[in-house]
Amino acid sequence: MSRPLLLGSQRAHVGVDRRELAVCAVLLVAALGLGFVGLWAGDFPVTPGEVAGALLGAPFPAVEPIVYTVVVEWHLPRVVAALVFGAALAASGAIFQTITRNPLASPDVMGLANGSFTGMLLGLVLLGGAWAGIMAGALVGGLVTAGLVYVLALRDGLRDFRFIVVGIGVSAFLAALNSWILLRIDVETALFASAWGAGTLNNATAGAVWPAASVLVVLLLLLPWGVASLRQLELGDDLARSTGLALDRHRAALLLLAVALVSAVTTVAGPIAFVALAAPQIARRLVRSPGIPLAASCCTGAVLLLGADLVAQHVVPLTVPVGVVTVVIGGAYLTWLLRREMRTDR
Amino acid sequence: MTPAPPRLVAEGLTLRYDARTVATDLSVVVPDDRFTVVLGPNACGKSTLLRALSGLLAPAAGRVLLDGAPLSSLPAKERARRMALLPQTMSAPEGITVRELVHRGRFAHQRVLRRHSASDRDAVAAALEETHVADLAERRLDELSGGQRQRVWIAMTLAQDTPLVLLDEPTTFLDLPHQIEVLNVLHRLVARGRTVVAVLHDLNLAARYADHVVAMRSGAVVAEGPPSATITEPLLRSVFDLEATVLPDPLTGAPMVVPADSRD
Ligand SMILES: Nc1ncnc2c1ncn2[C@@H]1O[C@H](COP(=O)(O)OP(=O)(O)OP(=O)(O)O)[C@@H](O)[C@H]1O
Ligand SMILES: [Mg+2]
Repeated sequence: MSRPLLLGSQRAHVGVDRRELAVCAVLLVAALGLGFVGLWAGDFPVTPGEVAGALLGAPFPAVEPIVYTVVVEWHLPRVVAALVFGAALAASGAIFQTITRNPLASPDVMGLANGSFTGMLLGLVLLGGAWAGIMAGALVGGLVTAGLVYVLALRDGLRDFRFIVVGIGVSAFLAALNSWILLRIDVETALFASAWGAGTLNNATAGAVWPAASVLVVLLLLLPWGVASLRQLELGDDLARSTGLALDRHRAALLLLAVALVSAVTTVAGPIAFVALAAPQIARRLVRSPGIPLAASCCTGAVLLLGADLVAQHVVPLTVPVGVVTVVIGGAYLTWLLRREMRTDR
Repeated sequence: MTPAPPRLVAEGLTLRYDARTVATDLSVVVPDDRFTVVLGPNACGKSTLLRALSGLLAPAAGRVLLDGAPLSSLPAKERARRMALLPQTMSAPEGITVRELVHRGRFAHQRVLRRHSASDRDAVAAALEETHVADLAERRLDELSGGQRQRVWIAMTLAQDTPLVLLDEPTTFLDLPHQIEVLNVLHRLVARGRTVVAVLHDLNLAARYADHVVAMRSGAVVAEGPPSATITEPLLRSVFDLEATVLPDPLTGAPMVVPADSRD
């Protein structure tokens, strides 16, 4: 039942009601299960017992150094990256969708993905392929695009729909620019860039993941402070303000947080599509909440991306970028959603 | 009347949206502890005035003073603890329950991470009770009738628990008994020492309930004062272009408007 089990007041504060807690708990169990599979599965054969031994030490039998290397140094960063990046993308999408009050808004639709890719390509071309240059380029590209969309859409008051239309316009322009750059550079670089541009966790090595994941965890820990503001924003600008929300400041801070979340992910993994778009909507349907549940969105995003990465690595015959799998999942999901919603409208 | 200056005062406001100027040099004094009704034809700027009085629309010139301080200098939550506004049109997330929506009126009284407090729960319960929607509390807002929904929105505004309450057309979707019920709620608030400002379109109900009338036309205040001095035949003509006879209401003696028969 969608009827709150506690008093409605319970939900309005921390944004977590019992049903959301239950959904989160189930998703966390799923994440743990998938995480274990992620640590275990791979070309180098390890047993589940060895995974536990490598990870937890003491009570489990000690493992050979190579097993430790495979499980903790190779597999673990990728699993952590999938979980944390998925949660971050979902949180970012949840913020965008709540602020614009539009389920189709997400950082990728708004041009951030293509902007990061543009920045990455420029970093690659101008700075000669060093990781630092690529990451800096992606970060700057995403932030500049976000700023551009914000300024263009803001001109006389932030209108929900214009925000999205401007984002789509900027996104299309940048996509064209990216294709043009890809055609100019040599094939090998273009192939590498294309894989990155599809969104991939192949670069999720310990050195890249731990700094990004640390930043993201800190950003994610800021989310509880935004929940109350997001709930008021659902009521529309006028009511949000008349009930006491300092609208401009809070909306700007939340957008900044959303952009920071998605940018930090993109610097390491490239623009992974659809997680930010689909996870909040899936979470909303699982929780059956009126607005978009932030905590459940994060859990959904984590499970979604980790699941998609396992499929990308181990299920499809040749290894594909995880972004390809999320596009397929997201596309299928979106089609199903639109069909269902069209049917219930009848 | 108290010698202290009124709590809510607008001085020389210029109000505009983008390039469209709705009002220039508009000054309004809202008498404390009274029921003020704003009257005027469609598009004359009533909603715009209320938005300015509540800080939703920043005036291009002039200022709004709340308790002697410029409204723009008050933090949003502080302002919302003293003054609530129910706008003319509202939206709520799909599937929200009545209780949850009314609870969102408590935002200004809550700290960011604190869980629900007893005072929040009491204010919500009292507001639901006051507007006679307590039995709808667990229903979804989008499954209610227009009139029920309107009363829920009023409950949300009351849950904000402010000394000043501004409502833009709170009775518009209601049948006559429910209009009277809502106006009685507002009347009780005033009797308990709150200041209420409401935009109404029903002249007879306005005449009966208002302590103070602000009549507007084309962004300007045309007349201000008690209903007996403002709801008059010449004023109806100049504000609404309405030919009408004004008689004393047989029950209360307040002005009663009978429009002239203008059928062809
Ligand atoms: N958001 C807006 N942007 C531009 N113009 C607006 C906006 N809102 C109102 N207006 C214009 O301002 C003028 C005053 O509008 P307002 O809503 O204050 O009228 P009102 O007296 O409340 O009318 P009604 O009785 O129909 O509610 C109108 O000419 C209207 O077209
Ligand atoms: Mg109006």
